[in-house]
Amino acid sequence: MSDIQLPERLEGVEPVRSIRTFASLTYQYTPGRAASRFLKEVERKRLVGQRCPVCKKVYVPPRGSCPTDGVATEEEVELGHTGTIVSFCVVNVPFMANLMEIPYVGALIQLDGSDIPIMHLIQEVPYDEVHMGMRVEAVWVPDGEISHTLESIKYFRPNGEPDAPYDSYKENA
Amino acid sequence: MMGSERVAIVGTGQTKHQATNDGSIAGVVRQAAERALEDAQMSWADIDAVVIGKAPDFFEGVMMPELYLADALGAVGKPMFRVHTAGSVGGSTAIVAQDLVAAGIHERVLTVAFEKQSESEAMWALSVSMPFQPPMHAGAGGYFAPHIRSYIRRTGAPDHIGILVALKDRLNALKNPYAHLHEHEITFDSVKESMMLWDPIRYSETCPSSDGACALVITNEKGGDAAASDGRPPAWVKGTALRSEPTMFAGRDQVNPRGGQECAWDVYKQAGIAHPRDEIDCVEMYVPFSWFEPMWLENLHFAGVGEGWKMVESGATQLDGDLPVNMSGGVLSSNPIGASGMLRFAEAAMQVRGQAGEHQVDGVRTALGHAYGGGSQFFAMWIVGAEKP
Repeated sequence: MSDIQLPERLEGVEPVRSIRTFASLTYQYTPGRAASRFLKEVERKRLVGQRCPVCKKVYVPPRGSCPTDGVATEEEVELGHTGTIVSFCVVNVPFMANLMEIPYVGALIQLDGSDIPIMHLIQEVPYDEVHMGMRVEAVWVPDGEISHTLESIKYFRPNGEPDAPYDSYKENA
Repeated sequence: MMGSERVAIVGTGQTKHQATNDGSIAGVVRQAAERALEDAQMSWADIDAVVIGKAPDFFEGVMMPELYLADALGAVGKPMFRVHTAGSVGGSTAIVAQDLVAAGIHERVLTVAFEKQSESEAMWALSVSMPFQPPMHAGAGGYFAPHIRSYIRRTGAPDHIGILVALKDRLNALKNPYAHLHEHEITFDSVKESMMLWDPIRYSETCPSSDGACALVITNEKGGDAAASDGRPPAWVKGTALRSEPTMFAGRDQVNPRGGQECAWDVYKQAGIAHPRDEIDCVEMYVPFSWFEPMWLENLHFAGVGEGWKMVESGATQLDGDLPVNMSGGVLSSNPIGASGMLRFAEAAMQVRGQAGEHQVDGVRTALGHAYGGGSQFFAMWIVGAEKP
């Protein structure tokens, strides 16, 4: 910068180092057959996974195929609305677009009858009482607001059952 | 797989990593490249091809930046390639560059990797909600914290292990003039008392956001021999390996991923290494959150499963330990994301060339450079040595 001779009217003016401009993206999302089917069931307040015919693992949300065996998954399995906290994070970092008050707990929750955890919010319990193995249940939005999104589950909360034994979820911990 | 040509690293260069580098992206990559060329005693005209890497374009919002960087990197009229494998990209970029030489396609390849986090919204870019999913993503820390908690649960590792790693890396960084963080006042207690950002990850156990670039000049055997006879010993590539695996599958071990385990055995086998703890002199590994050091010590077979934290606690990975880890201060002290993998690879080369200055480990003959990316699903590793393989 110092080598450049500025016009008189710009002398003493603070140089611009960078500018911030905004970009936006609108994209079309195609969930595919398996996820579409899952989301349609969510609209009916049901959680339906799919079982791999080879390894018998139940995926939720289903992907339509098993990543381990490379085969299509077709058998549908209805899951409970309860599960076990496999692991979790207490988040103390505020995010621009995040509406949640900090600290909040994001947890990997293995729904009963499934073999892979989903990430969801834990509420109605002090953050420092959340622990691995804690039993939780889904709290849904009011029936009139339920739609084809996992956001139809507002959060999970402890359901009062005794902790699940470590062996029952350690494969995903 | 290794190609038929022997490959040597004859030049390394990097910028001073910092929160805000006033140079443009083109200026930052060019500075690293010029330093690597100077170290190799070459000019732009000596280079046959350029291989460039960075993390997602989404970060800076500059789509395909390699296209506009072609002239800044002297690639006009030459082949130029872009590599992308998330956080491991700096490592995989170096491997693609070395592959071009190993295959006998080019004699002298310049490879560069960079990130300008000051112009970027990496935390936001890593936290974009998936359609029809709750907005749960909370940056890389939010993703990795549950895996760290699982590691602690599995091994019974005490809380101070993460603190010891953070303190070691930040103290090592004081010996590295290029490191972003130079925290002269850091102590065990200051790390311990720093804020829990993503419990169990504290602020001082987290990598910074950095601007920076790294570059390497990679040649064939003829180039390596020429450098050696000129009194500039090269680092010889003894093995390279890459692996990937899906982000999610039932029973996936995210603490000790199979992709990483197999990648490590592959690179050791190529280098003729049967006992990595005994046969490797020092390691630069990708540790963005301090707990990943014990996790990767196990994944890379330096410690038995569940024993990595004990190796940390024993002091073995200190600069004067029997297996120094992250001599440069590591990702915990400088994190220009796209360059971070290449910085690990460069540090391994600098160590075997005896060029690491104050953070040089005495008598290094064999060093491992390691990078990982994505949801612990992309792995890149190379072994470099002082002796020609």
